[in-house]
Amino acid sequence: MKIEKATGWQIATVTSVHDESPRVKLFQLELPVETKFRAGQFFDIRLTAPDGYQAQRSYSITSSPDQTNSIELAIEHIRDGEVSSYFHEVVEAGSLIEVRGPFGGHFTWSPSFRKPILLIGGGSGIAPLMSMLRHRASTGGNSPALLMFSVRQEDDVLFKSELEQMARDDDKFNLIITLTRLAADHSEPFAGRATRRIDRTMIDSTVATLGGTPARAYVCGGSNFVEAIGNQLADIGLPYEEIRTERFGP
Amino acid sequence: MINNRFFGRRRTETSRPLPPGQYLEDGFPVLSAGPTPNVDTATWDFTIEIEGDTVGTWKWNSLNALHQTDLRTDIHCVTKWTKHDTDWRGVTIDTLLADAGIEPPTGFVMASCDGGYTTNLPAADVIDGKGLLVHTYDGKPLAPEHGGPVRLLIPHLYLWKSAKWIRSLKFMEHDVPGFWERYGYHMYGDPWREQRYTND
Repeated sequence: MKIEKATGWQIATVTSVHDESPRVKLFQLELPVETKFRAGQFFDIRLTAPDGYQAQRSYSITSSPDQTNSIELAIEHIRDGEVSSYFHEVVEAGSLIEVRGPFGGHFTWSPSFRKPILLIGGGSGIAPLMSMLRHRASTGGNSPALLMFSVRQEDDVLFKSELEQMARDDDKFNLIITLTRLAADHSEPFAGRATRRIDRTMIDSTVATLGGTPARAYVCGGSNFVEAIGNQLADIGLPYEEIRTERFGP
Repeated sequence: MINNRFFGRRRTETSRPLPPGQYLEDGFPVLSAGPTPNVDTATWDFTIEIEGDTVGTWKWNSLNALHQTDLRTDIHCVTKWTKHDTDWRGVTIDTLLADAGIEPPTGFVMASCDGGYTTNLPAADVIDGKGLLVHTYDGKPLAPEHGGPVRLLIPHLYLWKSAKWIRSLKFMEHDVPGFWERYGYHMYGDPWREQRYTND
């Protein structure tokens, strides 16, 4: 398979599609050429209609950089989303998809960063954080890591069994899952879940499990979510350049 | 490569074409590498340097006392959205240079911001009415998450060149990559030539 250049378009083959939640599917894409990337980076996808119309979108890689001949993408079905609808309604094992990447570089983590990290994800914002956590696990990372994962309800917890297994296997990894829909009925943690939007109090009490202020935070999710969390992290004294953010949605 | 069962969003008749790979967005998404810095107009200032020499500094009040320019323009974000007919008010870089009493510089310029963000541009792309410092969007003070109190606006290039929370323009002889440019984004960033990444 010939490609134009290192960052040119290549044709990937979808090898599996998995329903991860009612709104999110996981797609395994086999790449025609070995492609190295860093945890947290993304790929561009391009769809072309028979009349020549094209649409592009970017998706974070959820798989670990240990694999260089395939990537996993988590794609949320957005209402009226022309690309996500195609992935949810048409794409199946064997489908061919034009991709190029990896891109992005600020929102990345590598095992050479040995200090405690705080990962905060909202909904499908878990995607790039999952790549970081998988990479950390596979490289025997022994630096403390804390994931605060905010979703609406239990069904929306992506990668649930894998994350919970990670938390059981690794005493330096702490996992906090909060279900914001529970806020109306439960003022206290319920069934192992926090029950409200991530706020300063929740950050303060959970960050204590890292043994001090984290050296760096990665925050990914919807725009308002990232805006609010970013401000709170600045308030607890994280240096501005160590609060790394990625946002999606208007 | 054709995706046979892909037809795309039902395309509405737009009055003008979109740059390649872009889609039309009604909202105004926020994309920033870090949190929104807290910038106080009481202490804000803006500086122009040429080859390391400061040739002009403006405070919030002195910026607002200069000739104000209204601009309606389309904006294009490298994350694939384009927004039509956005309304801005601010001061052209030409006005600032004239106020400082200096000729338009040549070469390149680095924009620097609160929070440490930088981006590089050819000097020719910020003068001749092409570049503004804007403080008002859609008739209201520019919101902090969109770069308020003051951001650079270079609407003919991808929006990462329109640096938020701007504090200085440093003109220089040679081109040097800024924040995203060091991470593999294009040195120039023309949406009509789809110059998203380094080799585009």
